[in-house]
Amino acid sequence: MTATFAGTPLVIIHSVGKTFANGVVALDNLDLDVREGEFLSLLGPSGCGKSTALRIIAGLSEPTAGRVEWRAGAGARRQIGFVFQEPTLMPWATVSDNVRLPLKLRGESGADSAPRVQEALDRVGLAAFAGAYPRELSGGMKMRVSIARALVTQPTLLLMDEPFAALDEITRFRLNDDLLALWRALGKTIVFVTHSVFESVFLSSRIVVMTRRPGRVFTELAVDAPHLRDARFRTSAEYAALCRMASEALAGAMGDA
Amino acid sequence: MTDEIHASGANQAEQHERLRRILLPVAVLVLGVVLWDLVVRINAIPPFVLPGPGLVFGTLIADWGILWASLLVTLETTVAGFLLAVAGGIGLAVLFNQSRALEHALYPYAVILQVTPVVAIAPLLLIYLPQQAAVLACAWIVAFFPVLANTTLGLNSVDHNLVALFELYGAKRRQVLWYLKLPAALPQILGGLRIAGGLSLIGAVVAEIAAGSAGAGSGLAYRIAESGYRLNIPRMFAALILLSVAGIIIYFALALMSHLMLRHWHESAVRREV
Ligand SMILES: Nc1ncnc2c1ncn2[C@@H]1O[C@H](COP(=O)(O)OP(=O)(O)OP(=O)(O)O)[C@@H](O)[C@H]1O
Ligand SMILES: [Mg+2]
Repeated sequence: MTATFAGTPLVIIHSVGKTFANGVVALDNLDLDVREGEFLSLLGPSGCGKSTALRIIAGLSEPTAGRVEWRAGAGARRQIGFVFQEPTLMPWATVSDNVRLPLKLRGESGADSAPRVQEALDRVGLAAFAGAYPRELSGGMKMRVSIARALVTQPTLLLMDEPFAALDEITRFRLNDDLLALWRALGKTIVFVTHSVFESVFLSSRIVVMTRRPGRVFTELAVDAPHLRDARFRTSAEYAALCRMASEALAGAMGDA
Repeated sequence: MTDEIHASGANQAEQHERLRRILLPVAVLVLGVVLWDLVVRINAIPPFVLPGPGLVFGTLIADWGILWASLLVTLETTVAGFLLAVAGGIGLAVLFNQSRALEHALYPYAVILQVTPVVAIAPLLLIYLPQQAAVLACAWIVAFFPVLANTTLGLNSVDHNLVALFELYGAKRRQVLWYLKLPAALPQILGGLRIAGGLSLIGAVVAEIAAGSAGAGSGLAYRIAESGYRLNIPRMFAALILLSVAGIIIYFALALMSHLMLRHWHESAVRREV
């Protein structure tokens, strides 16, 4: 499959390997670049090292082999938004305090950050719950708080680890639409981990399919569907064909093609 | 409309439940006192063996001046010992959390302090320290360790992903401590305080008793020992009751504080929705 991709690399991952202390080899020789402005999905079977790869990109985990290189002058380390696989909220803080955290850690006062917190909450449709505590929210709402927190710093690179995995289909579709709208409006670079073929095709401009553990890049495919991705796109023949292609790639990656 | 009925029904059940939680223990208390009274009356037990509840209560009122002054002395020691234990326990746990080497160097000695019975240490302390200081030290020693151990556990059980998040946003050590570790450890810290409150009273009493046999003293435990020597058993009981009441009040005050601080977020303080 030949495809040309726009965008200069923002992060380049050179033959990265990760072996955990208990001897589990999660990644082996992973080569990957994240290009400016793209919506990149990492698609792979459970346990193949997707979360591990994402943490390494974020600098939260050190590779045991290879290296991660940021585009010169990107200074982007500080500009990352991260959405963990679990909501990872502080249970003792209200929704708005949770969202405000990244700004507070930078030393901004509550008054300075209030408008941006408000805006981030508006984006995920949780403005009415600003004063609620995480335990009072549903699983999907918690995840949206986590997304709002990742957005509040206006990061250049947004790393998302299966953020919608635990949601029902309707909420999931709506958040898919919202995320796409955000991506288009804000021009961010997004790396999105998922094991759903349909979700990755609907969202991405490029899909990287990873093999079973130890994770490597099996293949990648460009999703050239430039027009508006809406409910009609979900039922189009083009979408179906792309999904079939991605499914076959995933089956190949799992070794039962 | 039906919703409202449901809501008020639930409210009523809740009130019933609350009433029961007060009435049941009170009923047990009344039953106990009546039984105590009957046993003393029927067997005609002399007051210097077992005084009846009426006599004990009468003594409590008659000797109120002495007992109240003694209670204040004991409570002062208890509160001071408790506060020192809280400051020392939390402070040391935070230090341990910042420096592993310090933790490894000192933690064993904190454990030794804890496992050596305070009854055995009290006489020694009374030899080396002025009596006031020795009593205070005993209250501190027994209350200190639960605060230290619980705070250490709490500071170490922070969600790793939250730690990663703080790291990602470039949090300073101080910020991680104040905004993440201490709030996350709060339930455990408060649990430690609840244990420490009762223990510091025990420590103060043990030291007072040890000191009492040595001579001077004016705390409630000293009154108990003194009344024992003089076979003033009713006063002994009155002092004992006062001590128990003080312990109960300390416990409930700390439980209330814990509840108020955790009520918004921690599972222990939030009613389970059904
Ligand atoms: N801290 C750790 N210590 C040891 N092994 C780990 C650790 N974290 C992950 N692993 C192992 O590394 C492998 C990859 O884990 P990772 O979480 O990256 O998978 P994943 O692709 O995100 O899976 P999923 O889709 O189920 O979330 C797994 O086999 C897991 O057992
Ligand atoms: Mg994962």
